[in-house]
Amino acid sequence: MRGRVFFSGLILAVLVLFTVSLVIGPAQIGPMESLRSLIAGDGGPLTLVMREIRLPRALLALLVGGSLGLAGAAMQGYLRNPLADPGLIGVSGSAALGAVLAIQTGFAAGFALGLPLAALAGALAGVFVVLALAGPRGTSLTLILAGIAISSLTGALISLVLNLSPNPFAANEIVFWMMGSLADRSMTHVWIALPFALLGAVLLASLRRGLDALTLGEDSAAAMGIGLSRLRLTLVFGTACVIGASTAVAGSIGFVGLVVPHILRRWVDARPGRLLGASALGGAAMVLAADIAVRIVVPSKDLKLGVLTALVGAPLFLHMIYRTRREGL
Amino acid sequence: MTGDETLLAVSELSVTLRGRPVLSELSFEVGRRELIGLIGANGAGKTTLMRACLGLIPYQGRSSLADLPPQDRSRRAAWMPQAREIAWPVTVETLVMLGRIPHLGPRQRASETDRLAVYHALKEMGLEAFRQRTATRLSGGEQARALLARAMAQDTPLLLADEPIAGLDPAHQIATMQSFARLAEAGRSVIVSLHDLGLAARHCTRLIVLDAGGIVADGAPDTVLTPSLIRDVFGITAWFEHTDQGPVFQPLEVLE
Repeated sequence: MRGRVFFSGLILAVLVLFTVSLVIGPAQIGPMESLRSLIAGDGGPLTLVMREIRLPRALLALLVGGSLGLAGAAMQGYLRNPLADPGLIGVSGSAALGAVLAIQTGFAAGFALGLPLAALAGALAGVFVVLALAGPRGTSLTLILAGIAISSLTGALISLVLNLSPNPFAANEIVFWMMGSLADRSMTHVWIALPFALLGAVLLASLRRGLDALTLGEDSAAAMGIGLSRLRLTLVFGTACVIGASTAVAGSIGFVGLVVPHILRRWVDARPGRLLGASALGGAAMVLAADIAVRIVVPSKDLKLGVLTALVGAPLFLHMIYRTRREGL
Repeated sequence: MTGDETLLAVSELSVTLRGRPVLSELSFEVGRRELIGLIGANGAGKTTLMRACLGLIPYQGRSSLADLPPQDRSRRAAWMPQAREIAWPVTVETLVMLGRIPHLGPRQRASETDRLAVYHALKEMGLEAFRQRTATRLSGGEQARALLARAMAQDTPLLLADEPIAGLDPAHQIATMQSFARLAEAGRSVIVSLHDLGLAARHCTRLIVLDAGGIVADGAPDTVLTPSLIRDVFGITAWFEHTDQGPVFQPLEVLE
């Protein structure tokens, strides 16, 4: 009963924030008028603004937020650690490296889809390296270590690209891209990210029962008929798909995957399986809210989404650590 | 449930961990209505034997349970490992309900049968009052009982438990052994590793003694716990008598 109310509340929050996100923007249009032109579509400039600028932005916020929340909950459930982050397996780092290389080489400028495709290719390459390093039958520890190694390496390579960049504009673009943003995206970005995000979401959602069983540890889960090698492979590929897709279209957006599952855990009675759906909704709500905030707080300056989520996320996380300590959890 | 069905058949089972032979060519069978105590010194291979029987670690030889597909096996045998892991602050009831996972389809919700199994397991372990308590905040002994209830809720013909009574108070140690005995009387079987030879002698229908990677004795407690075996395997002397209040086994001194 409590669970149903909670999920309904989350869905409602996402719907409301999605609508608010649609009616906010530099073009001063009344809320009802903008929604009407979005749906009716009279071919005028208003419809163009709604369908080509605001709708993709809101859809991407939904998609990216849902991806980050879902992947965070899956990663925490698998590692049985509330401090785990979807970036832990190195996918965000390698996706970012792919994007940075695309900007630096001019591939991104020469070809509209160059940047997101390069980021996806980077994510995919990162997954294969992580799996090769961690081995087919490795434990969660080898997976984390491989992920940390990949993250540090990609971080170093991104710094190297910036370091050696002869072109200050490219360097500038890289720095801004890495902050993460949903501004000036088109429906093309939605169509690039959507298939990967959906595939990843299906893979991660299939882990429900396995993650529940892992509450009792790997040995008990295996004895209950959960195939751990397959679970790990599904987790890594699912995470790579959703994180690769969201990094490709939005850059790196931190703290959502870490904070959202942590906040919502108590509302699903700490059940890792249920937390997956709740975190996907919660992540979507958080990114929609953050993307609304960057447009309201300083509309004249292009405040980056990733900067805001980190600014809000980090103190929130500190507060949660404090509360966790007090409760002795 | 028929009378003399074999629940587990192990033949010539060997396990080598990191190049070191741990178990060599063990064979035994487990029928119904047995409460088997697996005893032996630290490092004798009790845990390894149980995990190999379940197919959780690589082995040579045959184990009828490990040969089954994982999903089928999980409906034939439940396993309570020694490490008492409860990763998240779930309620005791939720924890015990996890034992029903092998019986549920991918998107199936818990049915009346599942709830009933959980209810009986909680009652058997005396945890009715703890249903809504957070499992991670219970004491170590209470957590052990909740995890045992979880394994019982799996409702399998065979239950394997690795030192389930270690860390329990005397009343709960006895109560747990009696629960196992009730399961055996109801036609199931339990394999339990333990170090308390007194409880083993009193409650188990059969003891399997492990030493140096092999089974050195297998049979009723009376025939197994001879002074020479106690001396050779455990390096102690003991007093073992049948009294008016049942068999009493008391370890006495360490032999030099």
